[in-house]
Amino acid sequence: MSLDDAFKDPFFRDESFFGDFSYKNSPHAVNRFPFPFPEDDYMYSVNMEPHVKGRPGSIFEHYFDVDEHYVSEMRDRARVLEQDPLRCQSLPHMTLAGWDLLELIMEKFAEEYPQWFALTKDSNRWHWINRPLGIDQKFTFLDESTLPMGPFEYITRQAQGDFTLQDQREDNLWIEAGMVTSQADWSLDFDIGMNFHEWHAPVPLAHQMGIFDRALKFLLALQHGAPVRRFNWTMTVDPLLDTSPENYHKWGPTKTTLTPENIGKRQHLRVELQTLIRLPRSNAICFPIRCYLISMDDLVTRPKWARRFHRVIKTVPDELATYKGFIRNKPMILDYLSKFDDGAPTSPGWWPED
Amino acid sequence: MSGQTRLTVIVTEVVAVNSLIKRFRFVREDGGLMPGFSGGAHTVVEMDDNGTRRLNAYSLMSDPADTSGYEISVRRDDTGRGGSLFMHNGVKPGMKMVISQPVNLFGLDLRAKKHLMIAGGIGITPFIAQMAQLDSLGHRFELHYAMRDRELGAYMKELSARHGERVHAYYDLEKQAIDLANLLKIQPLGTHLYVCGPKGMINWVLSTAKAMGWPKGALHSEEFLAPPVGEAFKVELSRSKITVEVGPTQSMLEALEAAGVDAPYLCRGGACGQCECRVTASDGEILHYDHWLSDEQKAAKTHIMPCVSRFKGERLVIEL
Amino acid sequence: MSQTQADEVMKSRPLYGTLTPKQGSSHFIVADGEGGDAVAALLNAAPDMKPLAHIVYIPGANGTDLTALLEGLGARVFHPAPSYASASQRIRKVLGDAHMGLQLYVAGTEGLIGQVQRDAIAAGLPHDALTTEQRGSKARRVQCVHCKGITENVTLDPFVCSHCGLNLFVRDHYSRRLAAFQGVCIDAEDPGEVPPSEERFK
Ligand code: HEM
Ligand code: FES
Repeated sequence: MSLDDAFKDPFFRDESFFGDFSYKNSPHAVNRFPFPFPEDDYMYSVNMEPHVKGRPGSIFEHYFDVDEHYVSEMRDRARVLEQDPLRCQSLPHMTLAGWDLLELIMEKFAEEYPQWFALTKDSNRWHWINRPLGIDQKFTFLDESTLPMGPFEYITRQAQGDFTLQDQREDNLWIEAGMVTSQADWSLDFDIGMNFHEWHAPVPLAHQMGIFDRALKFLLALQHGAPVRRFNWTMTVDPLLDTSPENYHKWGPTKTTLTPENIGKRQHLRVELQTLIRLPRSNAICFPIRCYLISMDDLVTRPKWARRFHRVIKTVPDELATYKGFIRNKPMILDYLSKFDDGAPTSPGWWPED
Repeated sequence: MSGQTRLTVIVTEVVAVNSLIKRFRFVREDGGLMPGFSGGAHTVVEMDDNGTRRLNAYSLMSDPADTSGYEISVRRDDTGRGGSLFMHNGVKPGMKMVISQPVNLFGLDLRAKKHLMIAGGIGITPFIAQMAQLDSLGHRFELHYAMRDRELGAYMKELSARHGERVHAYYDLEKQAIDLANLLKIQPLGTHLYVCGPKGMINWVLSTAKAMGWPKGALHSEEFLAPPVGEAFKVELSRSKITVEVGPTQSMLEALEAAGVDAPYLCRGGACGQCECRVTASDGEILHYDHWLSDEQKAAKTHIMPCVSRFKGERLVIEL
Repeated sequence: MSQTQADEVMKSRPLYGTLTPKQGSSHFIVADGEGGDAVAALLNAAPDMKPLAHIVYIPGANGTDLTALLEGLGARVFHPAPSYASASQRIRKVLGDAHMGLQLYVAGTEGLIGQVQRDAIAAGLPHDALTTEQRGSKARRVQCVHCKGITENVTLDPFVCSHCGLNLFVRDHYSRRLAAFQGVCIDAEDPGEVPPSEERFK
């Protein structure tokens, strides 16, 4: 697989998510940023809605959103995997679910972005073209020996966001495959093999609120053809996709280097668009976790977001701020945001202009 | 269920397999491919039986790798409420029908070192799809299939042809029976046991396995209950504030749907737990027919499963 | 995730019971240290298990050695082993050769129970098919999330990773697959600021 190929679409930015952190959102990307707060405060809830197509131009326009960061994100994934191959694991019985996911991603990409991706099928003999990443692959569907690596790793090296696959049995979901290189501080290597309540064990408050019991009951009945989605969010210093526990001793210290002068540029809101999809042949549930980053400087260019974000951070319970890892910088973040909150009411919903 | 979870299909084949069983093949109306499915999945077939809307769940029996169409088999139940009679008498090739996307409540545990399958009668259907899937995955499996006689033993010939020595037939009328105790004794550690068939058979297999020290996590069963017929009764819905009449050959779930209530369901056979409703008042006897509620819940009359259970008495109020 | 929840709400933390006889065609029993007492209690309560019982016993890291007691129980097979590492091939072979109906019992430290459970899962048993009882030392097996090295018999929190040398605090988050708790660098954000160690797991 080669990432530097003749095909160059200027749409895709050439940028980095580590070192000099040249990652940036274009004005278009800022405008379509998935600001996750429909109201002025935030608490955990069973926030799931049907994953249906949304406004043109928005991140909901397509089943999978491929955006201007695609090529650079895939390069970052390859870099992280090279350093730590354990970030992609699939227990042996999950291979079939990996094929399910490969089929889904290839079909949706080819259907929704024909300028970049193409899939042709002659029964099980498939031909896949990924122009932005310079990939041209002929293989036999469901025959592992015809791909350079397992189907799950193969396809998730070509799709933005982390992915996990959950087997369903004994009235529970079991996280048994994952491609995890842009995670909000959790370890696939540690969590793989756990069930729904076990991998969520560290989350504060939500267990007692019954959120995980209700969410699990819903997911066990999730039907093919009716995917759902939800948002999660946290805060990250610098546009670092790979905030892994594995490397926490390396990125943790950056939290102490924020100043009132640099915080607007370096403190990012990190939003995860999570989808839940029933896969056909394996009956597994696929969980794409798509990460979007925006600097506070960019965020406050939308007055509604600026006001609301200030209010959310001000009222978020300390347990959540601690868990999400920004408690030590919360006062500085609030100082920065308060300048953009004149107290005016905000309209419901998350769209910037409404 | 929302719109995308249903498929509009055309019936392309209706085959009388024997005097009691018919096989139906469905393809998509728009000519597209069916979604793949996992062995053990069922589909809910919607029927318009002379103005009565019936929804029955049937296991998919075609090869999951074949996305050109789905096949199901329906055993005629002459004493039942009519769903199977409608399929047998009313459904003809060329007809348009609506079926649900596949739902699997009887999934394979693909970690198993070996899959041991025990089928009784029409309970063979989910195994046909499962064996096709296991065969193509190269997994180890073995089927033991008990049926009344050679005439009613559907699909035995096809299964032998495809899977050879891995399928074993037992004919009741020839006094053949599965030597269960011996069979369960010789299975390698890591074997999973699957059983589908009449209630008595399921109970026998599961209780024998438990007594022989098989862990619960290695035991899988599926029994589709056809909603039983019974006396008519009324049910009040506390949220929607309406009262619904349930006819003698209608399930409570069907009556709720006919009244325009959007009630949740998946299996329509008392197994999945989706349709569970809280009972807020009841001055009679709840006739629990499901496998979902615990004996304590059943005795306490706090919940009811509208897809199969009925009521005998003056007043029943449920939260819906 | 820098915050650790209290024990009683950490849903990944395993729960243990007491060894009680189960119906089965054979009984495979693994114990270490004080777990030997639980095995003796089990076989004395159900002597008819003895002709079908195979015991593997490992003396405790703390010096507790009940080999003589267990040897005298009259099990069909008794195998003393100096360590889990020395016994694990045997355990995997016995499980690999076994048939459904085998009952598996484990008593002793959490580290032992976790490792036998991990091997049993690999052999195809459901994770909850084991009968377990925790006895003796509460010392933990901890995986360093950074270097992936596992440190056995951790009693102190925080402690120094025996592989990479980072200062780790011990979470209650538990991985069945690794049979280990998670250790995370305690001074990642403020290098050098390490609180004094306490003996938390005796
Ligand atoms: C089935 C797919 C899912 C997977 C694989 C998954 C995985 C995870 C993981 C690994 C964490 C981090 C836990 C840690 O700190 O170690 C997490 C956090 C969380 N999950 Fe899930 N999750 C899933 C579905 C859901 C659903 C459906 C809900 C709906 C309520 C949910 C709610 C949460 C919440 C509230 C948190 C805390 C997030 C925060 O405050 O940053 N999860 N999830
Ligand atoms: S719909 Fe499954 S139990 Fe009623």
